[in-house]
Amino acid sequence: MSSRDRILGRVRRALADVTPDERPYEQAVPREYLREHGERSVEETVDLLAENLADYRAIVHRCATGELAALIGRLLAERGSKTVMVPAGLERGWLSGAEVEHIADLAESTPHELDRVASVVTACALAVAETGTIVLDGSPDQGRRRITLVPDHHICVVRVPDQVVSSVPQALERLDPTRPLTWISGPSATSDIELDRVEGVHGPRVLEVVLVSGEAEA
Amino acid sequence: MSGTYLGMPAFPEAAHEAVGNQTLRGNLRHATHTIRAKRAKAVAEVSDWALLREAGKRIKDHTLRHLDRYLVQLEESVTAAGGTVHWAADADEANRIVARLVKETGESEVVKVKSMATQEIGLNEALEAEGIRAYETDLAELIVQLGKDRPSHILVPAIHRNRGEIRDIFRKEMGEWGRPAPEGLSDTPAELAEAARLHLREKFLRAKVGISGANFMVAETGTLVVVESEGNGRMCLTLPETLISVVGIEKIVPTWRDLEVFLQTLPRSSTAERMNPYTSMWTGTTDSEAADGPRVFHLVLLDNGRTDTLADEVGRQALRCIRCSACLNVCPVYERAGGHAYGSVYPGPIGAILSPQLRGTASEIDASLPYASSLCGACYEVCPVAIDIPEVLVHLRERVVEGGPAVRQGNKVVLKPAKGHAAERAAMRAARWAFTHPGALRGGQRLASRTRRLHPRTLPGPGRAWSGSRDLPTLPAEPFRDWWQRTNGGKGGAK
Repeated sequence: MSSRDRILGRVRRALADVTPDERPYEQAVPREYLREHGERSVEETVDLLAENLADYRAIVHRCATGELAALIGRLLAERGSKTVMVPAGLERGWLSGAEVEHIADLAESTPHELDRVASVVTACALAVAETGTIVLDGSPDQGRRRITLVPDHHICVVRVPDQVVSSVPQALERLDPTRPLTWISGPSATSDIELDRVEGVHGPRVLEVVLVSGEAEA
Repeated sequence: MSGTYLGMPAFPEAAHEAVGNQTLRGNLRHATHTIRAKRAKAVAEVSDWALLREAGKRIKDHTLRHLDRYLVQLEESVTAAGGTVHWAADADEANRIVARLVKETGESEVVKVKSMATQEIGLNEALEAEGIRAYETDLAELIVQLGKDRPSHILVPAIHRNRGEIRDIFRKEMGEWGRPAPEGLSDTPAELAEAARLHLREKFLRAKVGISGANFMVAETGTLVVVESEGNGRMCLTLPETLISVVGIEKIVPTWRDLEVFLQTLPRSSTAERMNPYTSMWTGTTDSEAADGPRVFHLVLLDNGRTDTLADEVGRQALRCIRCSACLNVCPVYERAGGHAYGSVYPGPIGAILSPQLRGTASEIDASLPYASSLCGACYEVCPVAIDIPEVLVHLRERVVEGGPAVRQGNKVVLKPAKGHAAERAAMRAARWAFTHPGALRGGQRLASRTRRLHPRTLPGPGRAWSGSRDLPTLPAEPFRDWWQRTNGGKGGAK
C-alpha cells in the first residue's frame, strides 16, 4: 500500500464518527466578521495607510504624478545609490529624474549580481490601509520576487487612491492566487531577541513608499 | 518526533530544575510579559475579534472533518501548478524523502526557513547522517543551532536566551559555520541582527536547495503561504532552484478566501503586529518565460501522528492549531518552567496536548505532559482558533490514568492505565464510595474536624508526592453540614 493510500485510509477511519456536511462550503462555514473595520472616506483610508506604514518604520512620501520623477531622483541621490534595479515594465518616466545606472533583472542574473545593486524601484499590486501593507504580484512593473529582496533599499510606488483597499478581505478579493505574491509590512524585522521588534535583518533595511496621486501620465 | 527528546525526564523533574535557574526565569518573564501586553493591544484594535476567532474555528473544523477530500483536492491543485506531491506516514519516511530529493539535486547543503514540522521530525539530524548540512536561517533558530541548544518556544525558539548570551554564542560559534561575528560585537539587538545578516548572506546567495514548512495550504488553488518577519523565508523560498516544503496534513484551508481570517488573526496573536513584515504566497512553479523563484517544487505531506490525533473526538481540536504561540506567552506554568521542560518541539499549553497525542503517552515525559498545567484557562482565552486546551488536558489525564481505546500509527489499541497513578485511582474510588454513602461521609467529616490539630503537614506514603508541592487544606472546626443544621442555615445571625 502506498503512503498516500495509508494516510487517506487513516483519515477516513479517524472520521468514522463524523457525519459529512454536504452543504456548499459557504453555507457550512458562515462568516459574520467584518469586511472592513470602521467607516472612512477615501482620503482617510489613504491617510490610515500612510500612518500604519510609518508605524512599522517604512518611510512614507506623498506627491502628485508630475512630481514623482523628481522625488525618486532625490531619494536615490540621498541614499547615494549608483545602481538601481529596474523591472522591465516600470513606467519609463519614473526614473527620468535619477542619474543612476539602470540594471535589468535577466533570467541569467545570479543572486551575487543582485547583491551588488544598491536600490530597486517598483510599482505594486495594491496596498492595505488597516495593516500598512503593500502587496507585490510579480507584474512587469514589479519584477521577480528576488529583486525586491536582495538590494538593501526598496522604493515602492503606490497609486492612490486606486490601489488602496481598506482591509485584508478586500485585498484577497483583488489578488490572483496563481501569481507569486509578497506582502510587505515595513522593512525586514525580527522579534527574536527578547521578543522585541528590531528592524533590519535579511530583506531591504530601508523601505520607502511613495503614495502618488493624480492621473497617470500619458 | 525528533530523537533529541528521547529519554527526557518527566515534566515535574525537568520543571523543578528549570525554576531554579534565575537567569532563565528572568529571561522568560521579561519576554512573555512584553509580548502579552502588545498582543492585547493588537487584538483590541479589531472590533470583530470574537467573530474572526469563531470563523477560524469553523473553517478548521470543517476542513478536518473532510480532510480526505481536501487532501486529494490539494494534491491535484499543486500537481496542476507544476509541483510534485509526496506523502509521508511518519518522521522516518519524511526524512528519507527529503534526503533523496536533496541528493538528486547533487547538492550537499540546504538553507532552511524556520519550520515546526521539520523540527518535529528531526530533519536536520537525519540530513546530517546522510552527509547533507542544513543551515537554519531564522535568527532564533540560528542562535539555537550555533549554541547546540534545543528550541524552547514555537515562535521564538531562543526565547530562553538574553542578548548577552546571544552575543557570546555568536562570537564563539559563527566562525565554525562560516563568516565569523564582526570584531567587537556588542549585545544590542540591532548589532546582533546585523551579525546574522552578514553571516547568512553568503549562504543565501549560493544556496541551490531551500527547505520550508508552510503556515497554510489552500486546497482549491494549491497555494502555500509562509508568514515571517526577517526576510530569511523570502530568501529560501525565492533564490534556490529547488524548494522542498514539509507540511503537516492539518495545515489545509479549503479556499483562497479563508486566508482573510487567518491573515488577520495569526500576526496579531503571534508577534502582536497588525501584519508581520513579510508573507510569501506561491502556487507551484511559474512557467519559464517569466520564471520567478524555484523551477522545481516538492511538497511533502506529513502525517506523523496527526491522523491518530484526528481519531480522538475530544483531542482532535488540537489540530486546529495555527502555531501562533499566544498560549505559551500567557501560561503561568510556561513562564516559570520554560520550554525545555516540555521535552518536545511543541512546548507550553498547546504542546501539553499536542505532543502526547502525536507521540502517544507511552514515555514518561508524554504521560506527564497533560499534568503540566494549572487548568487556569488563559490559553483557551487567547487561542485564535478557540482550542479548549483545558478540556483536552483533562481528557488526556483521564486517558493516562484509566487507559482505554486509542489509535496509534493508524491501528486501534487499548491503552493500559499508566503506572504511578494507583494512589490517585484508589483515592478517587474512595471518594466515589464516600459521596454515595452520606452517613459515612458525615462520620468521616466529623472525625476529620475533631482531629484537625493532629493532622500532619504532608501526606504519608504514596500521598507524599502530591503534598510535596502543595499545601494541605486546613479543615474547619465543624463540618459545613453540621454548621448548617445547628444554625438553621445561618439565619438570625447565628455564628
